[in-house]
Amino acid sequence: MTRYAVRRAVELLIVFLGVTLIIYLMVFALPGDPIRSLGGDRPLPDNVVAELRSRYHLDEPVLQQYLRYIGGLFQGDLGTNFSGQSVAGRMESRWPVTITLALTAWGIQVVLGVLLGLFAGLRRGRAGDRLVLAGTILATSIPVFVVAVTTQLVLGVRLGWFPVAGTSEGWPTAYLLPAVVIAVFGLASVTRVMRGSVVDTLQSDFVRSLRARGLRERRVVGVHVLRNSAIPVLTLLALDLGFLLGGTVVVEGVFNLPGVGQLLFQAIRAHEGPTVVGVSTALIIIFLLTNLVVDLLSSVLDPRIRHE
Amino acid sequence: MSDTLAAAAVTETDADPVAAPRGVWRTLRRRPLFWVCASVLGVLLLVAVRPSWFAGWFGQPDPRACDLADSALRPGGEHVFGTDVQGCDVYANVVHGTQASLTVGVLATALALAVALVVGTAAGFYGGIADRVIARLTDVFLGFPFLLGAVVVLTSIGTRSPVTVALVLALFSWPTMARLVRGSVRAVRDAPYVEAARAMGLRDRRILARYVLPNSIGPVLAVATTMVGGVIVSESTLTFLGLGLRAPSISWGLQLSSAQTFFQTSPHMLLFPAIFLTVTVLAVITLGDVLRDVLDPKGRG
Repeated sequence: MTRYAVRRAVELLIVFLGVTLIIYLMVFALPGDPIRSLGGDRPLPDNVVAELRSRYHLDEPVLQQYLRYIGGLFQGDLGTNFSGQSVAGRMESRWPVTITLALTAWGIQVVLGVLLGLFAGLRRGRAGDRLVLAGTILATSIPVFVVAVTTQLVLGVRLGWFPVAGTSEGWPTAYLLPAVVIAVFGLASVTRVMRGSVVDTLQSDFVRSLRARGLRERRVVGVHVLRNSAIPVLTLLALDLGFLLGGTVVVEGVFNLPGVGQLLFQAIRAHEGPTVVGVSTALIIIFLLTNLVVDLLSSVLDPRIRHE
Repeated sequence: MSDTLAAAAVTETDADPVAAPRGVWRTLRRRPLFWVCASVLGVLLLVAVRPSWFAGWFGQPDPRACDLADSALRPGGEHVFGTDVQGCDVYANVVHGTQASLTVGVLATALALAVALVVGTAAGFYGGIADRVIARLTDVFLGFPFLLGAVVVLTSIGTRSPVTVALVLALFSWPTMARLVRGSVRAVRDAPYVEAARAMGLRDRRILARYVLPNSIGPVLAVATTMVGGVIVSESTLTFLGLGLRAPSISWGLQLSSAQTFFQTSPHMLLFPAIFLTVTVLAVITLGDVLRDVLDPKGRG
């Protein structure tokens, strides 16, 4: 187990360096000059440009800048925006909202996905199965923001069932609708994997022998099939978090929830490059760490994964 | 999202991916769903290539002939689908927006597929160092949650055309497909017919083109089809965030994001582009699904 954990951690480190290097090169080697764009339409005087360049270390070689940036990342420094505020500091008070939202959405997605997948798998090829598959595909085909503004208008403004925006009503009321919107978007993948897994499990020998031993169907499905089919879903959950994080950006923007996603949303619209990159980097690191945790967790549940 | 769907497809199709093209076509043409999707997409393709044939069906044909006096008209009268806030005909805009949205979807997927085929085949067929390097590289790109990677890159690019947006989306979507190709190439690499081809002294290029690729391309084609839909959705989401295409381009994403502000008073501005987009994506994803079913021997019969 320890060996596996170490191996995964080393792999993660490589990925981390690669990801940050790509982000760094993308942002700083591409055309466009952040200092010049700071001045907007008016050109900045040369001495101001030079001063700003050296203040933000833009006059150093790229590799040195990258090392400085990595060093900062390990100390939790995600850079400062051009008005001198620290990006990490601006995010600090926003984490609880985003974490609450993401976990709520995650929970909804898992419960709905597992149940729908189980239902579809048990009714393979019948009308219920087709309906579930078609429904989840439909949900994937509509952009998140369209679902978000539509449900906000219909369920929030017109019917008044949910708060329209903000977090003033607290958990779960204020988070429920945004979380459902995010969850529904990624539902298709969880449902499909669960369905496929249920279909496979139902055909396996141990299910046949459980049935042959006269175990009640409810116990066969509810305990043995459910537990054995859920493992592939678990590995999907990490991948899924990536989409949840992307979804929080849109949904927090639409529903005006003061989380990290909303900060990113506003920064994108205000063309605040440093904040966009800082927040995205933080979210990507979280995604990577969750991947590691889920990997280790599933290797505990299914030791075969370790010995691949 | 296209990635998770792709991942779902991967787990469902890890069986032997061999399927003869003729057999595939024979199975495919018996599926009504295939014909439904194909005809929807055929019409959309025509709309994308020749928007002027369709734009005038419901009122003002020119998407740029806008009259501010007609701002935000409800559907009906001269503009059957209403007008947007600038007084432009919503239907004409939707028709002219088809091109940009489909271009991004198809171009990004084609690029990603091309990279995935080359890289995946190299990794799967040759193995060894190439395989390891490619595995790490795909790991790195899979380390980006799809949307966030695109956000970072697009923020730093000044000019945005359908081509640049497609490039960025392709950059973050090839790894899933590359893995898939690697897997299916490995599955056929040591198949008896490949060994036989090797024993006959054929060159690698010929073995790959004649024996390996035709037998391992099926699953990735299905996933690529599905991905076109995912890319179209992503483009609209990025545009909504302010990172995709920009006016004066015309695209569904642009229409949707400008309509969002006025959604409470004029829902029709959002509704019609959204319906177009959803139908398109639905048709593409369903087509991908049908293809996967047919290409996966387990699902046949």
